[in-house]
Amino acid sequence: MVESADTRDAPRVKMRTRRLKLWYGDKQALAGIDLDVPEHRVTALIGPSGCGKTTFLKCLNRMTDTIDGVTTEGSVTLDDVDVRDRSVDVVQLRARVGMVFQKPNPFPKTVYDNIAYGPRIHGLAANRRELDDIVESSLRRAGLWEEVSGRLGDLATGMSGGQQQRLCIARSIAVAPEVILMDEPCSALDPISTARIEELIDDLRTKYTIVIVTHNLQQAARVSQMTAFFHLGRLIEVNSTAELFQSPAESMTEDYITGRFG
Amino acid sequence: MTVQHTVRSYDSELEEVTNRVLAMGGIVEDQIRNAMQALVDGNRTLAQNVIDSDQRVDAHEREVEELVTRIVALRQPMAEDLRRIMTALKSASNLERMGDLAANVSKRILIIEDTARMPQREALRRLGAAVYNMTTDVMNAFRDGDADLAERVWRQDENIDEMYSSVYLAILADMIADPKLIASGTQVHFMAKNIERIGDHATNIAEMVTYMILGQLPDRDRPKADSVIGVDGETVENGN
Repeated sequence: MVESADTRDAPRVKMRTRRLKLWYGDKQALAGIDLDVPEHRVTALIGPSGCGKTTFLKCLNRMTDTIDGVTTEGSVTLDDVDVRDRSVDVVQLRARVGMVFQKPNPFPKTVYDNIAYGPRIHGLAANRRELDDIVESSLRRAGLWEEVSGRLGDLATGMSGGQQQRLCIARSIAVAPEVILMDEPCSALDPISTARIEELIDDLRTKYTIVIVTHNLQQAARVSQMTAFFHLGRLIEVNSTAELFQSPAESMTEDYITGRFG
Repeated sequence: MTVQHTVRSYDSELEEVTNRVLAMGGIVEDQIRNAMQALVDGNRTLAQNVIDSDQRVDAHEREVEELVTRIVALRQPMAEDLRRIMTALKSASNLERMGDLAANVSKRILIIEDTARMPQREALRRLGAAVYNMTTDVMNAFRDGDADLAERVWRQDENIDEMYSSVYLAILADMIADPKLIASGTQVHFMAKNIERIGDHATNIAEMVTYMILGQLPDRDRPKADSVIGVDGETVENGN
């Protein structure tokens, strides 16, 4: 019923996986995922616990490399280059494909240093003034500047949970990423902080491509344009968010989003 | 709704909305049938009953609105559930209009002194019977999740429009032939138009029921034969 603008002028594919499989030891967690992540859109990954959505998210910037016993197959491309290729520098990759975690994880340093850390490592600022500019613009984009501009020297760990999470988003923005991965970014936050993050996500997509894992279906419905439903390591259905939540094509999706699972 | 929700109370709330709409549909079906019976028999008590039933219909509609609002607020329904309650809400509002129109037909029966002598009574009864069948069919389609039946109701609208146009022309002819029939003929024409409008509302419900079951509205324009007819019998195509 809803033929959204998203499907009419199809956006460029920013990231693409093909036959992506992953095993933890001999236990298969992803059973061949084909998914296109459209540029400047928010793609939500939903599904019950253990369905593989977070594992899939981690594959997009090779966070799975660090887990013992993980083997993968298939392809994950960023702008048509396979991120799994040996020639790809994983540090560079993670600058281009940033990540925001479930629990805010600021460094036990000042607000300023939390943001400046990435640009320093990647040599993005030639001098202190440029670094100041990056810190300010990142905090502004994360909607945090007004609240913290007077206390950049304070410890970040003293901020509220919602502020810490926006700080972590500012930190990921500071290195000028192209894609931002978010793993349940609001699960530890109250409704007001959650609303602020959701508003921020909507702002951010004009500049970045966002993939978000969430257990909160209403959140997926609110923030995303595309939604992918995972179950037992398989991608069951991917569709425009409006279509998926009104008229899902698969009965398994229907059962899950209406609360009839299991 | 074959598989139950993990939260059982949600199932009973959805069921309550469905049952409330079906109950409302039952009253409206009675209103249409009784209005036609009152017309044929000249039964003024029956006509008055139809008018009085309207309050019950209105009460049901308010109840459906409250239940749906509550479910939206507390359950955040999605997919089939969302389509079901949207269909229930829109159906209730259409049924409320249908009840009003049946009551209006009955009020006109009370105005006409001798229904046996009114023009085109039999044609009006046939139109009413066709619209009554549409109404029962669409409520059955809603109850049973029967998309084929909803589709048949939806197609039926064109026949109703054609029947109405014929009744209109026949009344016009009668009134031209015998000006004494102008007073009752005008009432009969309003009744015919009201009955035709009931058919339109049943068609609206059929569209929503199709959406509820299939996830999409009927994919063609609604068949329409409701042209505006001039006094000379010339037709002017209706824009909608």
